[in-house]
Amino acid sequence: MKLWKTILTAAALVLANGASALAARTDLVIGITLEPPHLDPTAGAAAAIDEVLYANVFEGLTRIGADGEVLPALAESWTVSDDGKVYTFKLHSGVKFHDGTDFNADDVKFSLDRARADNSVNAQKGLFAAIDTVEVVDPATVRITLKNPQSSFLYNMGWGDAVIVAPETADTNKEKPVGTGPFKFQNWAKGSSITLIRSDAYWGAPVSLDKAEFRIVTDAAAAVPALLSGDVQAFPFFDPDSVAQIQGDPRFKVVIGATEGETILSMNNKKPPFDRLQVRQAISFALDRKAIIDGASAGLGVPIGSHMSPANKSYVDLTGLYPHNVDKARELLKEAGLENGFKATLKLPPPPYARLGGEIIASQLRDVGIDLQIVPVEWAQWLDQVFTKKDYDLTIVSHTEPNDIDIYSRKDYYFNYDNQTFDKIIADLNLTSDEAKRMTLLGEAQKILTDDAVVGFLYELPKVGVWDAKLEGFWENAPIQANDLTKVKWTE
Amino acid sequence: MTTYLLKRLTIALITLVLASMVVFAVLEIIPGDPARLMLGMNASADQVELLRNQMGLNAPVALRYLHWAGGLLSLDFGRSYTYSVPVIDLVRERIVVSLPLALIALALSTVIAIPVGLFSAGRHGRAGDTIAMGAAQLGVAVPNFWFALMLIYLFAVWLRLVPAGGFPGWSAGVWPALKSLVLPAIALALPQAAILARVTRSALIDVLNEDYIRTARAKGLPYRAVLWRHALRNAMIPVLTILGLQFAFLLAGTIIIENVFYLPGLGRLVFQAITQRDLIVVESVVMLLVAAVIAVNLLVDLSYAVVDPRLRSRQ
Repeated sequence: MKLWKTILTAAALVLANGASALAARTDLVIGITLEPPHLDPTAGAAAAIDEVLYANVFEGLTRIGADGEVLPALAESWTVSDDGKVYTFKLHSGVKFHDGTDFNADDVKFSLDRARADNSVNAQKGLFAAIDTVEVVDPATVRITLKNPQSSFLYNMGWGDAVIVAPETADTNKEKPVGTGPFKFQNWAKGSSITLIRSDAYWGAPVSLDKAEFRIVTDAAAAVPALLSGDVQAFPFFDPDSVAQIQGDPRFKVVIGATEGETILSMNNKKPPFDRLQVRQAISFALDRKAIIDGASAGLGVPIGSHMSPANKSYVDLTGLYPHNVDKARELLKEAGLENGFKATLKLPPPPYARLGGEIIASQLRDVGIDLQIVPVEWAQWLDQVFTKKDYDLTIVSHTEPNDIDIYSRKDYYFNYDNQTFDKIIADLNLTSDEAKRMTLLGEAQKILTDDAVVGFLYELPKVGVWDAKLEGFWENAPIQANDLTKVKWTE
Repeated sequence: MTTYLLKRLTIALITLVLASMVVFAVLEIIPGDPARLMLGMNASADQVELLRNQMGLNAPVALRYLHWAGGLLSLDFGRSYTYSVPVIDLVRERIVVSLPLALIALALSTVIAIPVGLFSAGRHGRAGDTIAMGAAQLGVAVPNFWFALMLIYLFAVWLRLVPAGGFPGWSAGVWPALKSLVLPAIALALPQAAILARVTRSALIDVLNEDYIRTARAKGLPYRAVLWRHALRNAMIPVLTILGLQFAFLLAGTIIIENVFYLPGLGRLVFQAITQRDLIVVESVVMLLVAAVIAVNLLVDLSYAVVDPRLRSRQ
């Protein structure tokens, strides 16, 4: 066996050296854990769709960069009217869709009108709610008029759900996506992999990779040998619990970054006893975030005190408001007349952060007299019972959409939270474009949520990326859930 | 023989109809809305309703059942909600992985199990038997996902002889495709072989105690000839029964192995369709599997008649 291994290793080395002497590799296999249900980013909420196609195959007017900044994409520049309501976008010329047809202002109008139409099934239709009209000024200029100023408009246009599609191919993108990006779709072997190849007609900076295959590796236990055997060279979203097996290996880079996923213990704010502030505060005091992060996320992840990513400019550190304090929690429960504790259910969706975190939280709450019954549910059940029907006491979920503090002001949202002061701040925020004022408002909004202990704020979900040490150009953080391959290349 | 066949076919048809009702009813009852799942947490209730209409989910239950079951009769399996392609296309893509895998695993398990069973039965109660059956016990007890991972670490990570998982497709060539099925087939075959070896052994031991075996030996036939010609043939009925059950299991019950090797097989298709509430895929694939199981059972029943001439004349 030993001899065999030596011979094989030697042979592999000869082959590897021979290849690298010629040129750096240009093919890449990327592992993803969930298969996209289809390949149209404008028709589904599944993060897996964007993980394959965003920035690679499809582009919008703007795009989100590696640090969450708004960058120009199909629009090379834009101007905003003084009242903040009229955006005039200057489009790149010479852009072609992958089927060879030209891209122009008509495609922009078509895409945006389609996304906001009455019969639209765009999963993020709210992004387009402020748009009043979309006009084609000339083939390279689009004018968008808003109903009211919206500070997040340029950011919104950078979402995967706002990418520009061609009228001829819009209906078939689910199976055969046609975009304007640096990679074009080649093949989807369902259940197995999705292959993209370089588009030679790309208008922007050329990419280094000729071919990128996204391979679907669902099982975390299978991801490790897939990397070790060299079959898969990168897992941009890796299971935190398996990272220890890779960390010491010099052949791989392990990069821990941040996501926009606020992981929270949601509480049903209308259901007794969670309708009482003292009870919610007691739960917040009972939580030991450090222990939860250690157990549910292999010690990775940053504690949060409100609904905001610590990487965000407007972040206010409110984790000190409810330190882990069992006595304080018991005291508050006593004030609420529940000194003997109470029983409740905790519904847990499938991700490990919820299933593992849930058991730790149940034991922490037991210490203050709250007896939780754990109910594991699938995503479909969770969306149905918890999210839509609001039939729950407590649940754990990570809200992965960026800048989503406004969910607490949504009517009929599953938190059942209702605070007019908070709603007013969010409404003001939407109309404010002055950066300093926005920061103040966002700070106030975070403070209110913490004061009201609307939910138990746990931690920001980490992004654990693992890839071959010879690769560079991957995103370190995940400001949106995407695998932008435009800058990825082999160094040798 | 003809009436026997007709009777079996009628039972098969009734089973199919009943199964279709049960499958449909169960999927109606489980909570979860495919439209909400597709649109996620930011879509409004109106939008979900719109998509439900587009998917045809708002029609009355009875009507949807009849539509679906009627389609099945004309071999139209419907369209997937999530993939929006005909279900039959999805099945075709998966069956080219699952069927060869099941057949290879079954062949492997038979090739290992029958000789081991013969060997053990021949040495009933002696050291060889104890060792072989101890190994079989281990084969049944070892969790197959763990065994699969060990195989991967040994043959894919360490020796790099085969890929760690995935399936390149038959278009990539017969050899690469087969190579990716070798480890999963071994992982699947081991516990099946262990079970089959034990069944073969005990069936043989029963037969070897029969009077006709003693007669055969007494008339001077060598032991080997007795074992192969008289004993094995008579012990085949329980062995065939188990083989039939194993084939049905291998066709769709291999989800764990498919996950470990990330193979695009039927088991994963069903599992994924259940989590995504792609009801039409679940319903149609389960019905196909029911049909496959019934067909295999029918074949096994018929093969009894081949093995045992007495069953041929019996009505």
